[in-house]
Amino acid sequence: MKAICAALLCSFAAAHGAEPIVIASKKFTESYVLAEIAQRALVSTGAQTNHRQGMGGTIILWEALRTGQIGLYPDYTGTIGQEILKTPGAMTMEAMRRELAIAGVGISDELGFNNTYTLVMRRETAAAAQIRKISDLRAHPNLRYGLTHEFTIRRDGWRPLAARYGLPAQEINGIDHGLGYEALRVGSIDVKDAYSTDAKISENDLVALEDDLVFFPQYKAVFLYRLSLPPEAIAVLQKIAGTLDESRMIQLNAEAERTKNYSRAADMYFRTGDDSTARHESESLTSKLLRWTTRHLQLAGISLLLAVLVGVPLGIVASRRGPVGQAILAFSSVVQTIPSLALLALLVPVPFFGISARTAIAALFLYGLLPIVRNTATGLQDIAPPIRESAIALGLTRATQLRQIYLPMASRTILAGIKTSAVINIGTATLAALIGAGGLGEPIISGLNLNDHATILQGAIPAAVLALLVQWSFDLFDRLLIPKGLRL
Amino acid sequence: MSALIQLAGISKKYGAATALHPTDLSFERGQTTVLIGPSGCGKSTILRLIIRLLEPDTGRIELEGATMSPQNIDDLRRRIGYVIQDGGLFPHLTARANVLLMARHLRKPENEMAARLDELCALTRFPLDGLDRYPAELSGGQRQRVSLMRALALSPELLLLDEPLGALDPLVRAALQKDLKQIFERLKQTAILVTHDLAEAAYLGERIVLMNEGRVVQEGAIADLQERPANAFVTEFITAQRSLAFA
Repeated sequence: MKAICAALLCSFAAAHGAEPIVIASKKFTESYVLAEIAQRALVSTGAQTNHRQGMGGTIILWEALRTGQIGLYPDYTGTIGQEILKTPGAMTMEAMRRELAIAGVGISDELGFNNTYTLVMRRETAAAAQIRKISDLRAHPNLRYGLTHEFTIRRDGWRPLAARYGLPAQEINGIDHGLGYEALRVGSIDVKDAYSTDAKISENDLVALEDDLVFFPQYKAVFLYRLSLPPEAIAVLQKIAGTLDESRMIQLNAEAERTKNYSRAADMYFRTGDDSTARHESESLTSKLLRWTTRHLQLAGISLLLAVLVGVPLGIVASRRGPVGQAILAFSSVVQTIPSLALLALLVPVPFFGISARTAIAALFLYGLLPIVRNTATGLQDIAPPIRESAIALGLTRATQLRQIYLPMASRTILAGIKTSAVINIGTATLAALIGAGGLGEPIISGLNLNDHATILQGAIPAAVLALLVQWSFDLFDRLLIPKGLRL
Repeated sequence: MSALIQLAGISKKYGAATALHPTDLSFERGQTTVLIGPSGCGKSTILRLIIRLLEPDTGRIELEGATMSPQNIDDLRRRIGYVIQDGGLFPHLTARANVLLMARHLRKPENEMAARLDELCALTRFPLDGLDRYPAELSGGQRQRVSLMRALALSPELLLLDEPLGALDPLVRAALQKDLKQIFERLKQTAILVTHDLAEAAYLGERIVLMNEGRVVQEGAIADLQERPANAFVTEFITAQRSLAFA
């Protein structure tokens, strides 16, 4: 068992230590498309590349870049100033370049377009309420807002915006960016935050409200990259600068969403632009499904194995009540309440973890711990006192009591806990995609961004099937592992 | 005659409640002693102190001159058999595995164990084909027979029985009382049995120890208690049970 773990860890370590330049993207269409374009450009120089797509937000990407776990990703000047360098007010490109260099990070020239934040509404709702500018929202306290989670907490996000415009306190719902468009379309929300180059704005006939107090900073797209990248790689990125104006970017975003395929959008960029790049062959669905499912099982399986190896002994200790037991149960409960993205963000800067399957496995391990610890403790505590006393009175040593009497008697409850953990892990392993660790979360997250049900189902159906298979195989385990005398 | 086991100044409190006041008792080899008294009189507490499910607050217990302590307790426990009301059989093990658990733990030779199992089945009149059943597949009386076999498996010097027949219906109970008496006689077994049933005590006990509120009230043969009651409680206890039985 140890050998298997070691071998798997080694294989991850090996994959991590390999040569290719890792390109990453955030989980929205434009970021995927820009990363695809960068990848094509790098491939044309003969570089080995690897695209970790749809990772979970600025903080995770920045930490990964700062610690050298990824080579580059697309970002925006406003985000860099506000969120990464935490500088109030506008920053010049030169100032930004100086500050970033301290972290070993370079910044390309502006790619061309400004993708600023904006607030969007359905055209008829806005027209009926005569809303054109953000300041017009003051007079309409009853509108329903659905905002992305990142926007609600950003320094250039909702709260400072509402304060600046003096908007009345509202009921705000946090919602995923892709899903928010759907919610807006069907009318369950009235206002959402958007990126000004989102293709959905014109597709769904939405109006972008004018930022009449000029609250939002400029969000010029750039690439952030490690200064240690090969000079020819940096040069080719630099060549992309200035080639993408706003209407061009909207067109590429629309192409990606129409074809449900980011590399089509990259094709489109290079067809009319630089034609020299190699064609990117696309992987067949079967081979993708196989790759996602295998990785998914690796993530869920290894984390479950670790959770069992650690959880059962912890449960045994916790079953003895007392302060140590309380502390163990409290710890595993608290872990369960940490949002997955936050847990990942905490682990990514830690040297051993970073942007790797290890981080996902560690998070899944922690989430899988509680059901196992709690069920082991409960199963042992539920053994009737006469049984315990008989075992003691016979003169069995404590270890023998545990091994031959208590654990077999608690086996049903312990297995139920392991089963719960296994199913939770299969479901939660989709979060691995947020740090580019792959698995069935990859199609789910990219499908969510594209609002593409077929792509979501490519991940969701295999995940559901896996959960069922796990359930069945554990029913089989029950028969093998629970002593017959307990099943009468 | 030398005592097999001696209790000297042994006492136990649960919080503020005294379960057993300091008590001296000794138990002779080969004799069956019955501890009797109303619920909460401390009779079960004595058995639990001997087998060390409870630590005494004061006093000491000696088995053949060796003072029992947490250090030697597991060895001493293996020289004592213990049977409780509902048997305390392990539900995940067959009757056979329950009986032989300790022998297997001590790695006794297989043929020795098989022979011992045959003896025990004959002794307790337990059917051989029941040995592969699980406790859930046995009747209450059969479970108590298995429990008795398990207690006797290592030929213990001392047998402790805590209301072993308390949960059985009257017919099964009567049959087991008879069998127990024969077993004690045949094995010349030193036994301490706890019951609250005076008729059972009179039938099985060569010596009766009557207890009340954590103290020994009177000890002796049943005739002593009937004819020379030490105080009003003894009379009351005996009369109450007799009037119930013969009314």
